[in-house]
Amino acid sequence: MAVKTERQAAWLLVAPVVVLVAFNALIPLMTVVNYSVQETFGNNFFLWHGLGWFQDVLRSERFHAAFGRQMLFTGLILLIEVPLGVAIALAMPRRGPLVSVCLVLMALPLLIPWNVVGAMWNIFALPDIGLLGRTLNGLGFDYNMTQDPLSAWFTLILMDVWHWTSLVVLLTYAGLISIPDAYYQAARIDGAGAWAVFRHIQLPKLRRVLTIAILLRFMDSFMVYTEPFVLTGGGPGNSTTLLSIDLVKIALGQFDLGPAAAMSLIYFFITLLVSWVFYTLMTRHDPS
Amino acid sequence: MTALRPVIVILYILFLLLPIYWLLNMSFKTTNEILGSFSLFPQNFTLENYATIFTDPTWYWGYINSLIYVSLNTVISLAAALPAAYAFSRYRFLGDKHLFFWLLTNRMAPPAVFALPFFQLYSAVELFDTHIAVALAHCLFNIPLAVWILEGFMSSVPRELDETAFVDGYSFPHFFVRIFMPNIGAGIGVAAFFCFMFSWVEMLLAKTLTAVEAKPIAATMTKTASSAGYELGLLAAAGCLTIIPGAFVIYFVRNYIAKGFALGRV
Repeated sequence: MAVKTERQAAWLLVAPVVVLVAFNALIPLMTVVNYSVQETFGNNFFLWHGLGWFQDVLRSERFHAAFGRQMLFTGLILLIEVPLGVAIALAMPRRGPLVSVCLVLMALPLLIPWNVVGAMWNIFALPDIGLLGRTLNGLGFDYNMTQDPLSAWFTLILMDVWHWTSLVVLLTYAGLISIPDAYYQAARIDGAGAWAVFRHIQLPKLRRVLTIAILLRFMDSFMVYTEPFVLTGGGPGNSTTLLSIDLVKIALGQFDLGPAAAMSLIYFFITLLVSWVFYTLMTRHDPS
Repeated sequence: MTALRPVIVILYILFLLLPIYWLLNMSFKTTNEILGSFSLFPQNFTLENYATIFTDPTWYWGYINSLIYVSLNTVISLAAALPAAYAFSRYRFLGDKHLFFWLLTNRMAPPAVFALPFFQLYSAVELFDTHIAVALAHCLFNIPLAVWILEGFMSSVPRELDETAFVDGYSFPHFFVRIFMPNIGAGIGVAAFFCFMFSWVEMLLAKTLTAVEAKPIAATMTKTASSAGYELGLLAAAGCLTIIPGAFVIYFVRNYIAKGFALGRV
């Protein structure tokens, strides 16, 4: 690719984006920073509180528990969605009229508003009137999403797999169809089996899209709020209270602005840090 | 192995369609029938739920409000992202890499973190409960995404195109609109699709920033769920209707989706 021209005037082209995003990102972020270092007793009366809230949050059992649940959730859905998504993308037809049909049907869950996803799965999983709940109980499982934490987690994971696996499928599929036919022909001449083709041709070529898929799934699952909130409301008890649900409970439910703000910043920082680590690790051997 | 392939795909699609089918099934039942019996098909098929939604202004205005701010957001995001993506794909300038990374970090900001500050910010500038407030707030994650996608498409257009046009005496705006944009038509389509999608599905900020005038369909649904003692049939019908705009949009871009993902580095 040709070398880019050096031109400071390009800032003029970027200016509208910078203004719009800065307005939405910097002002709210500064508001949060403000709250995180102050104590308030209402009536716009604020006292300097230093790093006190941060220490409180980092030491609190509640935060540790929510963080643990969040890591478990994110870990599980990455372990399920990425291999499953790749497997389904490999099984898809490469050309023909069926491709469009598959793509449209698979993309459908991605375009449903998140609260509807939660509500739909709630209705689907209820033990008395839901198809899933009724079927599982009929098969002899003791399944009750609103009473039993294990059932709630099962439903939560299944819902996320339903909602987002297609994103991994679409990304992987896009990576697969961009591999030139010549690669496959060469493999056929060498007598390579399906596994060898996957291991030595497809997987290396999928490196970039898989990086993007894992990053996107990590970020989005780490900030997930609406779907689990509508599905279980964080319950039964606190068993499915993920980080963002806990945060909203503290910020809007109890109106503890200081701790909520400190928690927000810690939360945002963790997301940034892990994304950066993922990104660096996965692109380290990338020549480009 | 090869024989197994269609089976995997069909099973997966069935799995995707099952909850949607259940929602559709319920939307044609009365709430009493939903709570009183369990059946795979509506026993007393009714269109009453849909009739309620299409005749009650608080219901159908929810959809109109959502569509208004989603469209506004798509237009604003694309209008701002197009020149910026051009700058990133063609020029080097002070802080360009840092700026690009900073833009992307905003895609990682959890909306739950920003809900309260957003409420205060948009109240302070007196935009609370307007369509434009939601459209602007959604720019936080849609502009970075649009810049990312468009930059990928633009970088695959040879630079000779720009140089030839400038030699021929085209001004920059003239060149950009008349020559360059038609060349990345697919990219603009894909970026528009993603802006539409993420603005349409996001509900936390949309609900936080509105009260009456610009209330999105999600808020209408929540209110009904709590006030009218869980009208399940109505809720299911409303849910089914929210799937239609997405299905419509995806049908139009179906041929670009796979390509867009690959080229656009999403």
